[in-house]
Amino acid sequence: MTTEHTRKLIALTAIWAALLLAPYWMAPLGGYTALATRVLVLGLAAMSVNFLLGFTGVLSFGHAAYFGLGAYGAGLTLKFLAPSTPLSLLFGMLLGGVAGAILGALIARRRGVYFAMVTIAFGQVFYYIAFQWSSLTGGDDGLRGFSRQPLDLGLVKIDILSNADNFYYFVLLCFALAVGIMGFLLRSPFGRTMIAIRENERRARFLGIPVERHIWIAFTLSCFFMGFAGALYALVNNFADPRGLHYSQSGDFVMMAVMGGMRNFWGPLLGATVFVVLQDYLSSVTVNWMSFVGMLFVLVVLFFPRGLLGFVRRKSDA
Amino acid sequence: MNVLEVHNVTKRFGSLIAVRDVSLSVPKSQLRAIIGPNGAGKTTFFNLISGFSTPTAGSISFDNRDITALPAHQRVALGMARTFQITEIFPELTVFENVRIGIEVASGYHLRPWISRSEKAEVHRRIDDTLKLVALEAKTGRLVGELAHGDQRAAEIAMALSLRPHLLLLDEPTAGMGDQETYEITQLIRRLHRDADLTIVLIEHDMRVVFHLADRISVLDQGKLLAEGTPQEIAANDVVQAAYLGKAA
Repeated sequence: MTTEHTRKLIALTAIWAALLLAPYWMAPLGGYTALATRVLVLGLAAMSVNFLLGFTGVLSFGHAAYFGLGAYGAGLTLKFLAPSTPLSLLFGMLLGGVAGAILGALIARRRGVYFAMVTIAFGQVFYYIAFQWSSLTGGDDGLRGFSRQPLDLGLVKIDILSNADNFYYFVLLCFALAVGIMGFLLRSPFGRTMIAIRENERRARFLGIPVERHIWIAFTLSCFFMGFAGALYALVNNFADPRGLHYSQSGDFVMMAVMGGMRNFWGPLLGATVFVVLQDYLSSVTVNWMSFVGMLFVLVVLFFPRGLLGFVRRKSDA
Repeated sequence: MNVLEVHNVTKRFGSLIAVRDVSLSVPKSQLRAIIGPNGAGKTTFFNLISGFSTPTAGSISFDNRDITALPAHQRVALGMARTFQITEIFPELTVFENVRIGIEVASGYHLRPWISRSEKAEVHRRIDDTLKLVALEAKTGRLVGELAHGDQRAAEIAMALSLRPHLLLLDEPTAGMGDQETYEITQLIRRLHRDADLTIVLIEHDMRVVFHLADRISVLDQGKLLAEGTPQEIAANDVVQAAYLGKAA
């Protein structure tokens, strides 16, 4: 085993140990389990954006649309269809993913700022639909009147509504499943074509890669992950909000990915951790908490262009 | 049998005619050089053949199949590979990773989420073979962006070869190289042509390289085909001398 492999294994063990033990070490540090749950869900959303941005080189500023659709999909399933947590996650993920597949087919040929602008435009369409269609979505007040249901495993039922630790470990299991699939895809021949497109689109094309089709697939997969994260977010809050579809939310996800390190698989999780923890602490001190997060973002972009994790890796390489 | 046939191809950019009614036939196993002064339309002509852009008029056939309207990646799938005047590589990936992408695409694995152990072993064997061919086997773990210019060229050629092409298009492979690197690339192209029996179309400014390698030469000037023939015929052609070789000398 090479030094690089050993280092990766140690880092991976440390990440999973920290996540598995979060309910135990967060409390002494002034945190709480629900905060760790939020970190996981928003971390998964940032990693989903990064699946496209960091590994295919395509910037979407409208990914909150699929996150919000996932949240509404889960909420509407629980409210109107069936009181089942797994089913709500499945429908939330499908709603986000299928919407992404349809819209992705329309925009996969655009590049750069045009791609980003079109993703914002489509995202805002969903935002205004959720905002205006009050009878279904609850409009500006959001979708209420549903809550996550106990997990029925046949012989036992696990309470994830009132037991924060149980819910954390359920979300961690979902997170592990999603990032496991993400990591598997990125190490596959398909994942390598995504990286080829990011590195040099012209060369990728002249290696025989149908670039537009691969960008569409990457976009669609990213939207499925995003829909899944959105569905989990609806379960975290027992609520779905049109602001979850807004482009400013998309900006937050991009910010988390860039701040943590978008060339790194785990970077967005670190970015989400910094963002969510700062939001939690600073918002109790000042209503202008976002200014401080914004300042930190500017500092990271100026001094650590590869993000916080990129900086940590460079330091450990030196 | 002709591998490549270009019939009366024209390319206009507004009022500018970059390529004007050019026809060309390249038989199997031939090394054809395309020469001409700067602005003669050589790279535009290459772009039309490889699918980087489409002709305004005329048609292009590859292995007896009309490819005029095909996008670049479909031409690659038919067996056409190219390099660029300014090297197009994946600079932040290793030599191994650069070539692996080409081999996996050529093997039809590019949409696969998983390949079997035997398929992986076969991919690795082909990477080794390809890197040996371009003498980069000692640099497999190096990032391509950190290699010397000549090695980057060789890596780009390796990526093109990883596609197992029937036709290799090389756009100024010795551009920006010193004498030693030019010699090494020339030897590599000669090996590919003679040993691997590859059909090659080459754009080149260095006349020593052209006359050393080419079976036939086509001369473009102001977008038109000025002359075509063996190196000896082109060297003796007064029109070519006047339009190009004289100036170059």
